[in-house]
Amino acid sequence: MTDQKSTQASTRIFIPADTTALSVGADEVAKTILERAARDDVAVEIVRTGSRGMCWLEPFIEVDHPDGRVGYGPVTSADVASLFEKNFLAGGQHRLGHGLVDLMDYLAKQDRVVFARAGITRPDSLDDYMDHSGMTALDAALEMTPQAIIDEVKASGLRGRGGAGFPTGIKWQTVADAPIDAKKGDRKYIVCNADEGDSGTFSDRLVMEGDPFMLLEGMIIAGLAVGAEKGLIYLRSEYPLAHQRLNTAIKILQDDDWLGDNVAGRGKRFDIEVRLGAGAYICGEETALLESLEGNRGQIRSKPPLPAIEGLFGQPTVVNNVISLATIPAIIAAGGDAFAGRGTGRSRGTMPFQLGGNVARGGLVEVPFGLTLRELIKDFGGGTQTGKPLKAVQVGGPLGAYFAEDKLDTPLDIEAFAAAGGMIGHGGVVVFDEAVNMAEQARFALEFCAAESCGKCTPCRIGSVRGVEVIDKIMAGVDTAANHMLLKDLLTVMEDGSLCAMGGLTPMPVKSALDYFSVDFEPAPRKPGESL
Amino acid sequence: MDWDQEKATATVAEFVRMPGGLLPALHSLQEAFGYVPAEAEAFLADQFNLTRAHVHGVISFYHDFRREKPGYHQIKVCGAEACQAVEGRDLLAHIEKKLMVGAGGTSDNGTFSLDVVYCLGNCAAGPAVMVDGRTYGRVTSQRFDQLISIAQKKRLQQGAEND
Repeated sequence: MTDQKSTQASTRIFIPADTTALSVGADEVAKTILERAARDDVAVEIVRTGSRGMCWLEPFIEVDHPDGRVGYGPVTSADVASLFEKNFLAGGQHRLGHGLVDLMDYLAKQDRVVFARAGITRPDSLDDYMDHSGMTALDAALEMTPQAIIDEVKASGLRGRGGAGFPTGIKWQTVADAPIDAKKGDRKYIVCNADEGDSGTFSDRLVMEGDPFMLLEGMIIAGLAVGAEKGLIYLRSEYPLAHQRLNTAIKILQDDDWLGDNVAGRGKRFDIEVRLGAGAYICGEETALLESLEGNRGQIRSKPPLPAIEGLFGQPTVVNNVISLATIPAIIAAGGDAFAGRGTGRSRGTMPFQLGGNVARGGLVEVPFGLTLRELIKDFGGGTQTGKPLKAVQVGGPLGAYFAEDKLDTPLDIEAFAAAGGMIGHGGVVVFDEAVNMAEQARFALEFCAAESCGKCTPCRIGSVRGVEVIDKIMAGVDTAANHMLLKDLLTVMEDGSLCAMGGLTPMPVKSALDYFSVDFEPAPRKPGESL
Repeated sequence: MDWDQEKATATVAEFVRMPGGLLPALHSLQEAFGYVPAEAEAFLADQFNLTRAHVHGVISFYHDFRREKPGYHQIKVCGAEACQAVEGRDLLAHIEKKLMVGAGGTSDNGTFSLDVVYCLGNCAAGPAVMVDGRTYGRVTSQRFDQLISIAQKKRLQQGAEND
C-alpha cells in the first residue's frame, strides 16, 4: 500500500483507506497529491493507513513532521493545490490544518486501548503491527496455561461488546470446561461475530479495515484458552473492504506461521476463515449466526443449550463480537487488572462509542465507561450537524431506546442505561435534530422488525406487521385511544413472547418514542371535507 | 447470464464438501451469474444432498440472494436510522425518481437495480449509497446524479472496448 516516489528524503503522507475515507474521496486526494508532487518534483511517499476514526474530517491526511504527525482535513482534491502552496509538507498553516494530531482534543481526551493503533499503522503490514506491540500478547499467552489466560480475561471484567454484555471470561470458562462431542466432530470453535448490523455502529468495521491483525491475534489467544483449533469470522456482506483486509491479514499470518498447524513454532494448531453473511440483520444474533454458518436459514435457536456447550456443528463454541476479541491482546499484554481499573460499576474498561447521524463531529470515541451521554454528544460530537436543537438520541442500534434531551445526563454504563429504560448495546449513538418525527421513527422500528424478523416467534413475525398498521391508524386519527391501548398490548406480547432480542427489544424504541415524544403521535388535523 | 450447468458445477465444486458450504456456494453462483437462477435450486439440492425445500428456504431467507436478473448498475441506499437523521429519506425519494424505479426493483430498461439496505456502516458520513459495490458518503441529490453519470460513462466506455 505504499507508493514510493523516492526513498531519499521523501516526506511521508498518511492517508486513511477505510470505507469512510474512501467514500468521500481519499483515493482521489492521494492521486492528486502524487500528481502535484511529480509536477513540482517533490519527493513524497503516500502511506495508506487505517482511520483515526475522526469521520467528519475525512479525508484526513497527516504529514510526517519532526514533532509528530500534522493533520489536515477534510481535504478534497480541490484543496491539494493550496496545501502545496502553504507548504503542508513541512507542516505549514492552512485553513484545513489541525496541528499535531496527537494533541487534537478529540483524540487527546480519549483513552484508546483497542484503537491505540488506529490510523497509525498500515492494515496490511505485520511489521507495522509488531512495531506497535502487536503479537506480544500472543507470545505471552503461549507461555501461559489456558486457565491463566481465562483468569486474566475474567480479572479484566470484560463484558461482550456486541450488546448483551455477558462476561467474556465466564463464557470462555464454559467452553474450556465443555467436552467435545466426539460423535459430531473433533473440535471446538471460536466464532467471531462480525455481523455489525446496528445502524450507527462501525467500530467493528474500523478494526477489520484498519487493524485486522489485532482481531486475529485475539482469536488465536481465545483458541489457546479454550482449546479450539478453528476460528470463523462471520462477516456481513455489506463490508467488502473488511473482507479483503481480513483475507489479506489471514494470508500473511499463515505465511508467517502465526496461523496453521504450528502456531509460532509452539506446536499449537489454529486457523481462521472468513465466511460472508447475506444481508440478514438477524444473523447478528448468535444462534441465528451459527445456523447461517452451518448453511441454513438464519433462524434463531432456543437456549439452552448455550452455544458455549452446543454451538457450531453441535460443538462447544465461543461466539464473541469483534471488539470483545480485539480487546483481548491489550488485556493479556497489560494484565486484566489494568483494564478493570478503568470504567464504572460493573462496566469495566473502555468502550469504543460511535457517534453518527446528525452530529457535527461524528466518529469513534473510545473512553472508559462512566462519561455521560451529554458529554459524549456535546464535548466530542459538538452537538448537531445542522446546528438545530437536538431532539432525540438513539443509543444501541435499531433496538435501542430514543432518549430526549432530559435523559442526556445518563452515565454511559450498562446498568445505568438499563435503569433509564435504554441500552448501550454495541455503542452506537445516533443523533437527531428537531426535524425528526418520532412517530415515523417508531413506525420504522416495527417496519424494520417485520423486514428482518427470522419468523420463528409469532409475536415478532406478525406483531411487527400489525404494529405498523396500528401506528398508521393512530396517525390517521382512527380510534386513537383504543389503538394506543392495542399498540401497548401488542408491544408487551412481543416483549414477553419472543425468544431473542429482535422481537423482545423492538418495543424499546417504539415505547420510548411514545413515552417521551407523545406529541408526534397526534394525528395531523384533517382539512374540512377530507375523508380518511 | 443464463443457466449453465457446467459453469455452475465448476463454481460450487470447492464448497460441496465444506461444512456449511451452502452459503458460500450461493454467493459464488450469484457472482458467476449475477443472480441465483431458478435452476440453481434443484442443482444445489443434488450437489449438497439436501431437499429442494431446504435450498429454497435458504435462498429466500437472505436479502442478498437475487432470484431475478439484476440491472446493469446496482444501487444500494442505506435506509437505517443514522442516514435517516441526515435526510436519507429525501435522498431515497430523489433516487427513486431519478432512476425511475422503486426500492427493491429493477428499472424497465434493465439499467438500474435499486435496493434499500440496513446499514452500510458509514454512519458518521451519511447519507450513504453503494454504487456497483463501492460505498459513497455525504451523498446529496446532486452528488448522486454525478455518481450515476460517472457509472454510466464507465459502462459506455467498457461497451465500446468490448465491441
